[in-house]
Amino acid sequence: MLDKNGIAKRIAQELRDGYYVNLGIGIPTLVANYIPEGMNVVLQSENGLLGIGPFPFEGEEDPDLINAGKQTITTMPGSVFFDSAMSFGMIRAGKVHLTILGAMEVSERGDIANWKIPGKMVKGMGGAMDLVASAKNIIVAMQHVNKAGESKLLPECSLPLTGVGCVKKIVTELAVLDVVPGKGFVLLERAPGISVDEIKNATAGKLVIEGDIPEMQLN
Amino acid sequence: MNKVVANAEEAIKDIKDGSTLMLGGFGLCGIPENCIGALVNKEVKNLTCISNNAGVDDFGIGLMLQKRMVKKMISSYVGENAEFERQLLSGELEVELIPQGTLATRCLAAGYGMPAIFTPAGVGTEVAQGKETRVFNGKEYLMEYAFDADFAIVKAWKGDTAGNLIFRMTARNFNPMMAMAGKITIAEVEELVPEGELDPDQIHTPGIYVHRIFQGNNYEKRIEQRTVRKKADA
Repeated sequence: MLDKNGIAKRIAQELRDGYYVNLGIGIPTLVANYIPEGMNVVLQSENGLLGIGPFPFEGEEDPDLINAGKQTITTMPGSVFFDSAMSFGMIRAGKVHLTILGAMEVSERGDIANWKIPGKMVKGMGGAMDLVASAKNIIVAMQHVNKAGESKLLPECSLPLTGVGCVKKIVTELAVLDVVPGKGFVLLERAPGISVDEIKNATAGKLVIEGDIPEMQLN
Repeated sequence: MNKVVANAEEAIKDIKDGSTLMLGGFGLCGIPENCIGALVNKEVKNLTCISNNAGVDDFGIGLMLQKRMVKKMISSYVGENAEFERQLLSGELEVELIPQGTLATRCLAAGYGMPAIFTPAGVGTEVAQGKETRVFNGKEYLMEYAFDADFAIVKAWKGDTAGNLIFRMTARNFNPMMAMAGKITIAEVEELVPEGELDPDQIHTPGIYVHRIFQGNNYEKRIEQRTVRKKADA
């Protein structure tokens, strides 16, 4: 079973040289720590920055320089600032190659719910609806089951949707799965030490198992 | 052209009960602290506020919520404010949550003189309820209207007496397009210089969009999530 950093490490294998990438809050943010050496990846922050750098050194934080999670950050050589309209303009126009975000539920059709629990949580969608409606490639980083032990990979989402038919891939503590419309959750890889049966038991939506399922390679 | 007013009190003097305001900023970054302070002192009521976030309990728009000045918030993310959540769940506060890009682009449309935009954000979700949709090149889009705000209140880093504005780093965020979108736009700046001192090539918001400008003071610039690394980690 993977921990949060393990999930981030596995997702980092999906990065390609020259990608512009938007990382959501939580596990997705950790992906920045595992960008392969020598690979040129530019991180977009939807509040208006391309080229997110590491956290500042103590005492060097600047209140005018934050990421979309409101954390103090730094820039990189080649960074650029812009306004919120341009930020979502480049997202809508498909210039951002990959979006990685968290989810509360994903359906076997690729629907995603991650912004609202009626009567309980009313935080809002932020930029998530814009990102999932436009990104060419969307990877969800999440736990396979919720705190109550219920599967988050479902035939249909029960929570209000963030987007429809948009999730391409899911990486959890148990598995890597592709979401293929008309087929369901196609199992690609098992986490180290996890059996196909364990993944079956944790998946409520339609799980497609074709041939031998290899174990993830994490180095 | 001289758009200078003395201070925040003078800049907001005609903001009345029931006004619709746009307030710039992302989280607490780039918010018009001086004008929010003056509004809180004036205690205008029944405001509709268009702002990406709603501040935190004791800073930013949170201060206006504490005094029950806000009737309705139009925002994309309001997760950092317990008083906000209390007023929302008790029905005292009306809230319209909209996608962040839709919020930004509805401001932009107002500033560009366009009545509406089409966006894919929210298609197939409850955000789409009751909205007109169109299909372009096989993909469905929602029609969203340009905002109509009585006042836009923004914060810039530098400005000149003619209302030209320059923003700093990610404190830019919603400020430029809100500045373009208000019927009356009020800009508070950290440094106000005479007309002619800003390089015309470096100006982000042309002064034509700005009606009143003043140099603010005592900026707190509170940080929401102070995240640092130790020198030894490098």
